[in-house]
Amino acid sequence: MLSIDSLERGIVIDHIKAGSAMGLYQLLNLDRLECTVAIIKNARSNKLGKKDIIKIEGMLDINLDILGYIDPNITIAVIDEGKIIEKKRLVPPEILRNVIRCKNPRCITSIEEGVEHIFRLTKGQNGTRYRCVYCEQEDQGLPDWLNKAKV
Amino acid sequence: MRHLIDPLDFTVEEIEALLDVADEIAADRQAFRQVCQGKTLATLFYEASTRTRLSFEAAMLNLGGNVLGFATADSSSAAKGESVADTIRTVSCYADICAMRHPKEGAPLRASRYSRIPVINAGDGGHQHPTQTLTDLMTIRQRRKQLGHITIGLCGDLKFGRTVHSLIKSLARYEGVKFILISPEELRVPDYVIEEVLWDKGVPFVEAEDMELVMDQLDILYMTRVQKERFFNEEDYVRLKDTYILTPDKLAAAKPGMAILHPLPRVNEISIDVDDDPRAAYFEQAQNGVYVRMALIMMLLELASPVAAGARTGALQKEVR
Repeated sequence: MLSIDSLERGIVIDHIKAGSAMGLYQLLNLDRLECTVAIIKNARSNKLGKKDIIKIEGMLDINLDILGYIDPNITIAVIDEGKIIEKKRLVPPEILRNVIRCKNPRCITSIEEGVEHIFRLTKGQNGTRYRCVYCEQEDQGLPDWLNKAKV
Repeated sequence: MRHLIDPLDFTVEEIEALLDVADEIAADRQAFRQVCQGKTLATLFYEASTRTRLSFEAAMLNLGGNVLGFATADSSSAAKGESVADTIRTVSCYADICAMRHPKEGAPLRASRYSRIPVINAGDGGHQHPTQTLTDLMTIRQRRKQLGHITIGLCGDLKFGRTVHSLIKSLARYEGVKFILISPEELRVPDYVIEEVLWDKGVPFVEAEDMELVMDQLDILYMTRVQKERFFNEEDYVRLKDTYILTPDKLAAAKPGMAILHPLPRVNEISIDVDDDPRAAYFEQAQNGVYVRMALIMMLLELASPVAAGARTGALQKEVR
């Protein structure tokens, strides 16, 4: 079995849907980090059968809103001195800021310079969904190259 | 500072208080002619409008205030590429309050986040039109004596009809209101209105395609125009524009006390032969539009009504803050 060193200090993003880790890597801008990042694909999982894992060395902070939006079942472990010092539970965030873009051509975000793309979690009879705060258009999802990360 | 961007920005109580002031204005307009002396309204209309812009301007002039602004995007700095955020920051230096119409949905909300003066949404794309809703509510209350316990049929373009979305959101808060949503399949009310307003609040509604089949159930018939400017495809517009035309024959089954509303302008969805029917209330709406906008300007500028300068006016002031 493939062996990846344990982290001395950093973050483990676990229980990622198999095949989604590269999409998350891009979405979290991990390519811009100077530190070591390990992507483990198709690891064995009792819960999921197969899963992906991302290990980030030296960083203790991560954008939980993005992860909560992608899949609240992802787990986060913060490691220091080789031990788990915190496990973070994810919930879908009430407000998503600059994670997804509104695709409604009638929305002010389609023309306004410097505008933030803000989505609000709304609850209807068919469950929860995100809507643009400006035009109320429903979230159309991530670009195709990232969309497979979304559960 | 308060803005009016979404019809739900005001509570039911605040709307009742505002309509009370509008009724006072309707009863004695002269008493209000100096309320806004020294105040300026900016009308920022990035999209053509006759009724709404003129009624805002008439409202401010009737209150003794001044008006400045532009009537098309071409005659503003938007043509040079200026953002809504920059425009409102500048206009905040020149005026005390502003009304904004914009073809892009959410533009007034964007403006309100950068504004130092109250912003009124005077219609944003196919999204919301809350001051038309105040006009509609005033007219319904005049005709029915209350805003609850009515069956209202909304007919025509329910997809892009911003007045429809705003009215449904507002009326859904009142007890005993039932909606009959009459439209062709392509122009149905957006899902978010059905799921998050009607389903969520348990408000009874039915969708129908045939206006005549439901006519006898209605206390209010709210007709709308199929708006050419909302279509990207001319063929779709031509195919759908004459789906509903209200004529005296079709009113035969309607209740004698029903009221016919229309946000205007109409094209041919209400025959001019209906204009003399006592149930036609759409020109009353146009008149009421000035009164509710006068009351709204006063409310947002926190100016007291000179009539009945007692307890209720004080209550309105308190709610505004």
